[in-house]
Amino acid sequence: MSEVLHEVTLTVNGVRRTASVPARRLLSDFLRHDLTLTGTHVGCEHGVCGACTVLVGGEPMRSCLMFAVSAQGLEVTTVEGLGLLPDARVCATGQSMNPVQQAFTECHGLQCGFCTPGLLTTVTAYLDDHPDPTSDEARAAISGNLCRCTGYQNIVKSVLRAAEIRAERRVPDAAEPGERHPKPAAAGGGPS
Amino acid sequence: MSTRLFGTPIKRKEDPRLVTGGGRYLDDLGHDALAAAFVRSPHAHARVVDIDADDAFELDGVLGIYAHDDLPGKVGEPLPLLIPHPALTHGRTGYALAREEVNHVGEPLVMVVATDRYVAEDACQRIRVRYEPLPVVVGIESARDGAAVVHPDVPGNVAAHLTQVVGDVDAALATAPHTLTLELDIERSASTPLEGRGVYAQWDDERDELRMYSSTQTSTGVRAAVAAKLDLPLAKVECIAPDVGGGFGVKIMHPWPEEVLVPWAARLLRQPVKWVEDRREHFVSAAHERGQLHTVTVGFDDDGHLLALDVKFWHDNGAYTPYGIIVPIITATQLLGPYKPGAYRVEFWSLYTNTVLVTPYRGAGRPQGCFAMERTMDAIADRLGLDRAQVRARNFILPSEMPYDHGLLFQDGRPLKYDSGDFPATLNKLKALVGWDDFATERAAAVAQGRKVGLGIGCYVEGTGVGPYEGSHVQVETSGRVNVSIGLTSQGQGHETVFAQIVADELGVRMEDVFVTTGDTRKMGYAVGTFASRAAVMSGSAVALAARRVRAKALRIAADALEVSPDDLEIVEGTVQVKGAPATSMTLGTVSVLSNPLRYAFDEATQAATQFAGTFDPQKPPVAEGEEPGLEGKDFYSPTQATFANGMHAAIVETDPVTAEIRILRYCVVHDCGPMINPMIVEGQVHGGVAQGVGGALYERMVYDDSGQLLNASFMDFLMPYASEVPTIETDHLETPSPLNPLGIKGAGEAGCIPVSAVIASAIEDAEGFPITRMPISPADLWALRRRYAAGEIRPLRRASHPSESAARAEEPTP
Ligand code: FES
Ligand code: FES
Repeated sequence: MSEVLHEVTLTVNGVRRTASVPARRLLSDFLRHDLTLTGTHVGCEHGVCGACTVLVGGEPMRSCLMFAVSAQGLEVTTVEGLGLLPDARVCATGQSMNPVQQAFTECHGLQCGFCTPGLLTTVTAYLDDHPDPTSDEARAAISGNLCRCTGYQNIVKSVLRAAEIRAERRVPDAAEPGERHPKPAAAGGGPS
Repeated sequence: MSTRLFGTPIKRKEDPRLVTGGGRYLDDLGHDALAAAFVRSPHAHARVVDIDADDAFELDGVLGIYAHDDLPGKVGEPLPLLIPHPALTHGRTGYALAREEVNHVGEPLVMVVATDRYVAEDACQRIRVRYEPLPVVVGIESARDGAAVVHPDVPGNVAAHLTQVVGDVDAALATAPHTLTLELDIERSASTPLEGRGVYAQWDDERDELRMYSSTQTSTGVRAAVAAKLDLPLAKVECIAPDVGGGFGVKIMHPWPEEVLVPWAARLLRQPVKWVEDRREHFVSAAHERGQLHTVTVGFDDDGHLLALDVKFWHDNGAYTPYGIIVPIITATQLLGPYKPGAYRVEFWSLYTNTVLVTPYRGAGRPQGCFAMERTMDAIADRLGLDRAQVRARNFILPSEMPYDHGLLFQDGRPLKYDSGDFPATLNKLKALVGWDDFATERAAAVAQGRKVGLGIGCYVEGTGVGPYEGSHVQVETSGRVNVSIGLTSQGQGHETVFAQIVADELGVRMEDVFVTTGDTRKMGYAVGTFASRAAVMSGSAVALAARRVRAKALRIAADALEVSPDDLEIVEGTVQVKGAPATSMTLGTVSVLSNPLRYAFDEATQAATQFAGTFDPQKPPVAEGEEPGLEGKDFYSPTQATFANGMHAAIVETDPVTAEIRILRYCVVHDCGPMINPMIVEGQVHGGVAQGVGGALYERMVYDDSGQLLNASFMDFLMPYASEVPTIETDHLETPSPLNPLGIKGAGEAGCIPVSAVIASAIEDAEGFPITRMPISPADLWALRRRYAAGEIRPLRRASHPSESAARAEEPTP
């Protein structure tokens, strides 16, 4: 009666990972329980809340609506991987944060933090395509993610702030990577 | 002390961890644990005839299948009634697994434990239960008529009936120049935290000890309840609330059946067991709130002064009453808001229905009470042709009348006595913020464009920080690190930050040296829980008191060592120094070393505390009389009564003349929770509360059909607001301190959501020109109301600010 297992190999946060899983294993469960990357959260498991959003090939996807086997060969970035992106900097408390993560801590963009990983991934991808959103556009960009705590006000602010930090950290085309990056402390003061 | 941290919008200590995937929520623990899943009743009311689990046992990976018959001793007895009350004459609680009867869809019947959740759910699907359906009671009307009953031994479905009276209501009504009667309804909604409930239990077979984790608002409550159920000494049970993904009330309820069963199974199987609910389970087996019908009769004079208020309401408590009648008691008392009611009589019936049980959801009975009172205020204003804000102001309790005793008993069994608040000032701020007096012009402009807009208002008072107590332990390590423990749990309110702010101020240390642990019974065994906007007031005060003890002790020890008087010392950034002569100093870490006389040094610093170091007076015992080793202190805060916060909201809404779509154009909040420890966090609480209030006003309702099926038990169908539905929230604050606690603070957690349904109803009514008496309201509801209004079935408002096709009827006499 044992289930048939399938070997899945994918790249998660830049690391190749292989595991044997049943065909029905959700990508969210695979990330959380097989790879113990518990930063990705599940709030509904039916594709509505967005808490489970990860980047698959840079595009936001709801990992509760994907099977692990369907991620075969793909590149997945979870919240744990955002701090490894080129525009991440180490903050005062030692964590490496990309501009979106940094902005959420500056703007009180989270309370319980449960919806947050899905928002961070969603907004990271959004700003890649829309580096300079208006407040209304920022609001629209997060309108596919449920948050029960914040009333969204500070999440909208966080998106706008993230765009600023992102611009501050952007490497001018001519410069070598790593050059002229502002230090994290310059990015709005950091957590007090 | 350098700059004071109290009152500053300091960034949260918890956030760097939470934004980098470092949160540890319940389901992030115990990857190797066995998984539990439950067979839940598909019937709202039925007798359980037979359970056949043979097929399920054949599945690989199934370790145990348990029904009520398998539960030994107290595990199989009814779950506790947490808050008994003399008026709760027919309190009923369920079993951890249903015994012979199920009383709502979702009630657990069978627990399966398997190697993982997928297998456990497979097994659940193979279990066949035969039911004999019974008549179903759904909705307050059907509960009230009593033709069918939920519990055969509860006549008329009445769990509780309570009346509170102040003054002679009948006489006052008889002589009042005007009277009005209103029927006002609020439907069911629910807390709906983004993280559901979950339990993870580890049994240590060698030591006969249980360690459990629960996504709870009260780890001490769960611990005591589970110890009692499993017949374990309290000393053998620890309960930890890890990071919790939101609570909003539903997680104060305990013990959930699963909180008893999962530890029981872990002990039985001698393996860790975990259960994490899915979203549907949360909808059908956690708890709801809000469903109430109200009849308000009010007597008033020509100026709109209240002379008598007679309120009857019917509260839907669902299938069981484990949390007692707290919610209707809160409605009954907090309905009064900032007003003097004249003679007051409130009578309620708490009724059983075959639906999910009802326990507090953020606001806890206040949104309903506020709706009833504020609709009444608007009705009085309309009857008399007065400004709605003015009628409210005329009935306010004035600052000069504080403390104000209503002569009623509040939810904590203590007098409903307001301690503070300046309601006229709050109203003035609100009117300025929303532009109350200019709205007529705004409306005229909108009307000229063929648009319908309305302005609404709602005022509330919220009893916060109810007892009995909270405590705190503060300890300074030899490194200078400050450990703070509170027993109360955190669900996102920033407790690691705000309590660190208080300690940093009180003790004179840096924020980054303070580390707060919450909701861990290993660290603090005495606590009540996080509810009723009580954390800042209760734990905040306890933390301050404990830190003051540590400060006093540090000064005593340092004074001794530095040979000065404690009065001459101050503590700055973790260093105890002589005022005006900061060179004479020692760090708190060194004080901590000296506080603990040692035989064995464990590093260079601690050598100073050893026996031959020459730092001690040989005439005295190493630990002075009345002292204890260690630079630490513990204290508790236990107030005589709740402290009362207040606030007022206003909104401008637009209703689409064709589609009846309702849009909130502006939402303004003025809030008084006393001095704010961290204004950024308070503001966040207000935002979140308002968003939940908007959900409750316009979108969220639990839709049960007549057979007791919850038709919208998913995020697809239960419409929680996204960012696109929540308006921009404009806030202003007033800080009237409470005289009751050492920091003067009042609670803020629930405030945001309390008046929203009242405010939105008030605004829609203002836009449409006919009364709104039922919330939530959808575009379809509003459209139907317009049809009824056009057909003459609903009377128009008297005030003539609403040019519409039906304006002709505005002269019609009111019933
Ligand atoms: S958990 Fe995937 S969308 Fe909610
Ligand atoms: S911060 Fe709690 S759900 Fe968004």
